[in-house]
Amino acid sequence: MNVFDIVGPVMIGPSSSHTAGAARIGKAARLLLDEEPLEAEILFHGSFAKTYRGHGTDKAVTGGILGFDPWDPRIRNSLGLAAEAGMKLDIITGIIEDAHPNTVQIRLIGKSGKSVSLQGASVGGGNILITRINGMAVNFSGQYPTLIVLHHDHPGAIAHVTALVSGCQANIANFRLSRQEKGGLAIMTIEMDQPMDASAAQNIRSIPDVVDVVLLKLS
Amino acid sequence: MKLSYLTVEELARTAQESKKPISHIVLKEQALSMEKTEEEVYSVMQKSFQVMKESIQNGMDPNLRSASGLSGGSAYRMKQAAEQGKSHFGPLFGNALAMALAVAEYNSSMGRIVAAPTAGSCGVLPAALVSVMEDKKLPENQVVMSLFTASAIGMVIAKNASISGAEGGCQAEVGTASAMAACALTELLGGTPHMVCNSCAIALKNILGLVCDPVAGLVEVPCIKRNALGVANAFTACQLSLAGIQSAIPTEEVIQAMKRIGQQMPSALKETAEGGLAATPTGCRLCQEIFG
Repeated sequence: MNVFDIVGPVMIGPSSSHTAGAARIGKAARLLLDEEPLEAEILFHGSFAKTYRGHGTDKAVTGGILGFDPWDPRIRNSLGLAAEAGMKLDIITGIIEDAHPNTVQIRLIGKSGKSVSLQGASVGGGNILITRINGMAVNFSGQYPTLIVLHHDHPGAIAHVTALVSGCQANIANFRLSRQEKGGLAIMTIEMDQPMDASAAQNIRSIPDVVDVVLLKLS
Repeated sequence: MKLSYLTVEELARTAQESKKPISHIVLKEQALSMEKTEEEVYSVMQKSFQVMKESIQNGMDPNLRSASGLSGGSAYRMKQAAEQGKSHFGPLFGNALAMALAVAEYNSSMGRIVAAPTAGSCGVLPAALVSVMEDKKLPENQVVMSLFTASAIGMVIAKNASISGAEGGCQAEVGTASAMAACALTELLGGTPHMVCNSCAIALKNILGLVCDPVAGLVEVPCIKRNALGVANAFTACQLSLAGIQSAIPTEEVIQAMKRIGQQMPSALKETAEGGLAATPTGCRLCQEIFG
């Protein structure tokens, strides 16, 4: 904890969990998609589902999807800005089993046809926890540079990836693997103490079993 | 130099020993621990202070309304009253109340604010500092420095008790904000580190037990007016302390009491909108009107 956790963050109101955290989850989804989104479906659960209109949580998440940071005043008009940008937006409410009360699930389709889904919880003070990516359980906060590697569950894939991470002197703070089924699609989330440069992340993409790589860092 | 931010007494003692204000030792220590220069850390704080000033200005807009329609426009009214000489308890007091309402209403209307320590209590610190800065014509750099004292006090409370309404009730949010503001003002107005420590105790004691009972779960009723209360509480604590009046209960024990009260508070009174003002007939009707 430092002084800026107390006097700060600079953010769009009214609530660090219902707007600042929500915007960060939206931004995480956008970074994961890594291209301009054409369609977005936002599903609110729990307290988010009950109060999103009064808090402007819908505007915050949409702002994040448009790439805005939690302090960007454009968040206030994000629903209009999304429409102007030609993004199809669907906001719904529902129940997600065993989820934190402030949870949102976001599905995005990008202009190349790429689609991603991301589930995250706003856990207080603007802090978030990303809990699912493409249906697979993950667990990271976005505070560290995080490498998200979608890959086929084949022997050696992890060793290949971590060798490249260590090759750029990045220390792994946290590693997690999740898979749909044995031999199927799997996801590695690697939180690092040091940032990794984009070209090194691109090298990971050329590993045979790797399907997609995103380097995600939230401010 | 190492600071643990575990006690307010540590801050006061370290400042006393180095014959410097608390803000100076905090800035120095924070720069070291963030591996940045003091200038870099100061300039981030200065930017936050700019955002605070903008939020005061923007929140005075007569047409400001929140998305729910529950709030907006009271800062403007208070400012009008102050400008028409109807600030019955002195111009400084009227201006401070108007500023606290302005920032809190701007927050409710999705404006850009600085959480201090939370978004719900964001009006207290800017209102206390900017109103006093204008009234006493204090140099801005001193005011920015006093934010380091405020943050250090907030860190001690966060580490020992809580700064979240969901965990500790409103005493944890507006209570912490008033203690931070009282301490910053005490240093700015020439108080000793010991007086700063004492201001923290008095401000918290005055607000112990205040529950978090927002109508419809929104950061509007009663949060906005409680920001005005917070600035009045900060003035009270600072003034008493500067007059040499001591808190009978030491600061650290007050913080512990605040933590225990938060734990003993039923969950209906901790941000769930199930008790207190939220559960009054009018609170329920407003909720129904907003969310159907």
